Amino acid sequence: MAQLELKQVTKRFGANTALNDLSLSVKDGEFFVLLGPTGAGKTTALRTIVGLEKPTSGTVHIDGADVHEQTAAERDVAMVFQYYSLYPRYTVRENLAFPLRSKVRRLPESEIAERIAWAAKTLRIEHLLERKTDRLSGGEMQRVSIGRAIVREPRAFLMDEPLSNLDAKLREALRGELKRLQTRLKSTFLFVTHDQVEAMSMGDRIGVMQGGSVIQVGTPSEIYERPNSLFVAGFVGTPSMSLLPAEVKNGKISALGKALDVPLAKGAASGAAKVGIRAEDVIVGAKQPHSGTIHEVENFGVEKIVTLRSGEQLLRAAVAASMSTPVGSKVAFGFKPGKVHCFELAGGQRINAEGK
Amino acid sequence: MAEIVLRDIEKYFGDVYVIRKLNLTIKDGEFVVLLGPSGCGKTTTLRAIAGLEDINTGDILIDGKPVQSLEPGNRDIAFVFQLFALYPHLTAHDNIAFPLRATNEKPESVNAQVRAVAKSLQIEHLMNKRPSSLSGGDMQRVAIGRALVRRPKAMLMDEPIGALDAKLREEMRVELKRLHVENHSTTIYVTHDQVEAMALADRVAIMNDGVLQQVGTPDEVYNNPANLFVAQFVGSPVMNIAPARLVSAKGKSELMLGDTKAGFEVPATFAKQIEKGGGNPGAVMLGIRPEGVLVSDKKEKSSQQATVRLVEPLGSHDIVDLDFGGQVLRTRTASGRLRKVGEKVQAWLDPAHIRFFDPASSNSIQVK
Repeated sequence: MAQLELKQVTKRFGANTALNDLSLSVKDGEFFVLLGPTGAGKTTALRTIVGLEKPTSGTVHIDGADVHEQTAAERDVAMVFQYYSLYPRYTVRENLAFPLRSKVRRLPESEIAERIAWAAKTLRIEHLLERKTDRLSGGEMQRVSIGRAIVREPRAFLMDEPLSNLDAKLREALRGELKRLQTRLKSTFLFVTHDQVEAMSMGDRIGVMQGGSVIQVGTPSEIYERPNSLFVAGFVGTPSMSLLPAEVKNGKISALGKALDVPLAKGAASGAAKVGIRAEDVIVGAKQPHSGTIHEVENFGVEKIVTLRSGEQLLRAAVAASMSTPVGSKVAFGFKPGKVHCFELAGGQRINAEGK
Repeated sequence: MAEIVLRDIEKYFGDVYVIRKLNLTIKDGEFVVLLGPSGCGKTTTLRAIAGLEDINTGDILIDGKPVQSLEPGNRDIAFVFQLFALYPHLTAHDNIAFPLRATNEKPESVNAQVRAVAKSLQIEHLMNKRPSSLSGGDMQRVAIGRALVRRPKAMLMDEPIGALDAKLREEMRVELKRLHVENHSTTIYVTHDQVEAMALADRVAIMNDGVLQQVGTPDEVYNNPANLFVAQFVGSPVMNIAPARLVSAKGKSELMLGDTKAGFEVPATFAKQIEKGGGNPGAVMLGIRPEGVLVSDKKEKSSQQATVRLVEPLGSHDIVDLDFGGQVLRTRTASGRLRKVGEKVQAWLDPAHIRFFDPASSNSIQVK
């Protein structure tokens, strides 16, 4: 059980700054997800906590103690990688036993057997124990490498995109399994991914990273419902939020030639801005106030995502799969009240609407 | 513009079949997506059409003419690869113009055609840049431009956006679709990503182990999968599949899940229809999409008690694992509808969403 903390960590590789004054605190027993695009610094942050990288400045704390002088092994946190890195000539059992036979631990054989049995049962790989690892499917291999992490009973688990190499169906299954595992073990998980669906579905809290810094931390619903910047708004959610040019004037924000007109909280500065609206918050139906044409339809079975053209702007709306939506036809649309997000154009910061 | 017909195509190495008895007609102007897991034969099929791969038996017809003996260059088909394969020393403009060099057209005419293509791909401002200074998405736009400029009879695309990151992929998907709506060129598109397939295709052709499993519109393959493979390959989250049996008494039918006692009332006609379809109502596989499992506030006559096992919030909706006495079904609920793991709720199965499959053959059994 462990609490992880990065305090103002900066990491440079030559002229390149991978982490930029990053501060982050993961609570004991929490499932924390670092989410961001490629190159945001997620993996470097993870490697700094494990002890595979030394920060250029700033400190790393595990359970309140500065671990600067500790080696990766002494920090006692387990890392699971995207590539499984199992020993191909060993059986699953030998792979699981390996970290327990290390000189640092020297566990008695009876305890090793006990821990392997427990890990195998937890991950449902009991039937594979005597098999060599090159005879396993991708999902089974990833389960074994998670097993190799949990037998150690480490203070925390750090996972670097462990699901990205798996096919969609398996990824979905393992997503659920990992979440259940964490709930059962009650241990601290720090999970890195660029996939916002994984982040939303598994995280107790999410830290969204961009350019080496964490730009928003919150529960999945906070991040989804109140993104604090244009970047988070565009990055979280599929299909991505439609972001339209807008203008703030006299305490109001308007877009789509006044079709959207939202009063803002006091103190909003006038100027160019953006409004964001999620596809599920655009209503398409006969009695709606605005009109547009259908520009593009993507059918996902359970629903269709329709791109509407209104004037020069395009925005997406989610409609029932049964709705008839020929490209080029005219439709009426409107917005769910209170679901419009507003952002400054310059810094990309969120502007609050009136009463929020 | 071209119609492409694949007739009894087979490709094998020794006794390993890559493609087995493949029959497929791609209509003029149609966008067909070949969808399947890696190793299913979809790329080999595409390469065979382009002439990059020989087939052992069968015919490939383009506009009614067999083309097996034609060189790739003479088939008048453009190919877009996952990796962009641009000439690094040429500008975007020259890369796009490259295929026109051989046509001996006047430079003005070549430039006009390149500009027209660049305009439709919205890359006019990049025309003087070299590939090394372009982003992944722009490189793929240039590669697509190079394919389009020839005005080929057909476009073949092999995971053209697979190497791009998620955001860009979503954008490019919409652009590709738009481009097809404008140009109406016959397009065959290979992917392993079912979201891409659903979003782009007029029709989806799903392959597994070299065998074509089902061809249909996105709606058809989503709502009426031909077998368990298609049922679980198309759609995210995947369709719930569970062993089930139908118990009929006094003109009423109940669907029991696995070994559980949970019985859901279903139309009495189901059992007869399963028998008619060659199945055994006492042992079938139930298939139901998460949106067909409905949570209700109070006990209804066909609802059963379930325990919430896992909640996956996705923002626009949640995916919740419901445990019906040992059998878990996933449901799609409004965000925040169910929050607590361990909570007991009532849930029922919407008969319109219920599908049956034969456990032995895994083929679909039609009921209405």
